[in-house]
Amino acid sequence: MNKLTIKQLHQGLIKKEFSSQELTKSFLKRIESRDKKIGAFLSVFKDSALDQAEKIDKLIAEKKELPILAGIPTAIKDNILVAGEKCTSGSKILENYIASFDATVIKKLKEQGTIILGKTNLDEFAMGSSTENSYFGPTRNPRDLERVPGGSSGGSAAAVADDMCAYALGSDTGGSIRQPASFCGVVGLKPTYGTVSRYGLMAFASSLDQIGPLTKTVEDAKIVFEGIRGRDPKDSTSLEKEETEVEIKNLRVGVPKEYFVEGIDPEVEKTVKEAIKKYEKRGAIIEEISLPHASYALPVYYIISPSEASSNLARYDGIKYGLSKRENAENLLDIYLQSRGEGMGKEVRRRIMLGTYVLSAGYYDAYYIKAQKVRNLIKQDFNKAFEKVDVIFTPVSPTVAFKLGEKATDPLSMYLVDIYTISVNLAGLPALSLPCGTAHNLPVGLQIIGKPFGEDKIFTAGQAVEKDA
Amino acid sequence: MISKEEIKHIAELARIGLSETEIEKMGKELSAILDHMDTLKKVDVSQVDSTSFSVLIENTMREDEIKEAEPTVIERLLETVPEKKGKLVKVKTVLGSNE
Repeated sequence: MNKLTIKQLHQGLIKKEFSSQELTKSFLKRIESRDKKIGAFLSVFKDSALDQAEKIDKLIAEKKELPILAGIPTAIKDNILVAGEKCTSGSKILENYIASFDATVIKKLKEQGTIILGKTNLDEFAMGSSTENSYFGPTRNPRDLERVPGGSSGGSAAAVADDMCAYALGSDTGGSIRQPASFCGVVGLKPTYGTVSRYGLMAFASSLDQIGPLTKTVEDAKIVFEGIRGRDPKDSTSLEKEETEVEIKNLRVGVPKEYFVEGIDPEVEKTVKEAIKKYEKRGAIIEEISLPHASYALPVYYIISPSEASSNLARYDGIKYGLSKRENAENLLDIYLQSRGEGMGKEVRRRIMLGTYVLSAGYYDAYYIKAQKVRNLIKQDFNKAFEKVDVIFTPVSPTVAFKLGEKATDPLSMYLVDIYTISVNLAGLPALSLPCGTAHNLPVGLQIIGKPFGEDKIFTAGQAVEKDA
Repeated sequence: MISKEEIKHIAELARIGLSETEIEKMGKELSAILDHMDTLKKVDVSQVDSTSFSVLIENTMREDEIKEAEPTVIERLLETVPEKKGKLVKVKTVLGSNE
């Protein structure tokens, strides 16, 4: 049961091959037996999940027509609010924080009857590429327990990969859904900026963040995406948009030459290129394109995202909620300094400091404004490319899952892991990460980038690659 | 290389308490990261506007009217407050002398 896709599970429930309670119990049992080794979950909602499943089973018995996600168990990244449950964002400063409302995506999923199994581990405040930055300890890659699952949605990716849930939700600011999907061998989607509401997602970088699904198949990713998308009056950056499907023979694929230069693991490069060749055999037109400002994506991202983060994380001040260090505080400033100094981890403090520095007087023009201008150039590169092609194929990461601790001491080497995913967030584009083969016996992900609102095209291309893999 | 004084200044702006060793380490790490950012100096942006929008969208407006929060939300929010008096959040003196 745990290995079935959403579509198969839905069929199974309707045909009464199994009940939602049996399904939920099966996943809870798997979590109980596997999660001590993997550490994907921060909290498990055993009672409420079984209650929910019972309600769904009653509706099935009454022969009510149910949405496809009804009775399907999911895991949610712990930076997305589920009302009445702890939401820690992987941080000490929110260790005991209880969410006061449901995120819009959660509200939508609950309305459709999905079963929430629990909250998954993440790099603290979604800052990281390995899930080693969680205050609660790392998550391990189910494919090799000595290795990282990727990050920051490592818990969600590991939970799907290890069949501990049917699908999961993550968030992606610079690759945090796509890269762990690649490292764990599952499918991950970062939707077009604005298509999924960010209300109830703990903000990291507001112009880059998006919530998205992690699933076993491309079809499942499409199903979940349809279930969570939509304009939300509570998120003024959200929008509604239609798209139509396109036959594969007509899809023109671009492959950026700048992405296959020094720095990529030769085995990873080989696997990705083979996948692209297989796709070509289906009658697609593959074209080399250029994204000339590709090499600037990393510095642009590491100026813009910490700047936005320094503003977004200012709210964690020990006053209204969260860790509040008052015993040794003589004045208000002390409460801030001590609560934040103690409650936030190294990487978070580093990025807030970086953002604060970059935005401070004297540096704002040189760094922040410059970065926003180069961001525009990166966007223009993609716009030009999409005049010639419909989708762009790239590797997701220059590497396969690395060992725990391997990159923990050098922040820059950790940042380089996201070199292919970052520009997609800067340009607000949709992108899919799906398994396309292996290298060193570990999963390798192919990234399929589309035009804004071009999710249907990337799903079409993705399903073909999936068949060939 | 970012000076110790600058790190102290930034830390205070960011309201993050750092120990002496943390200040020194932070200085080295931030300097290394910022050196990497210097590659941006090569880019010619004379013809470009800056953008903070990844997708061009229109501003959304709504009526300026109060929408009451649900009682459960208010209740839960109040439960998370570290120090309160009734429904009010308690803080230390805001105006006055500061170290």
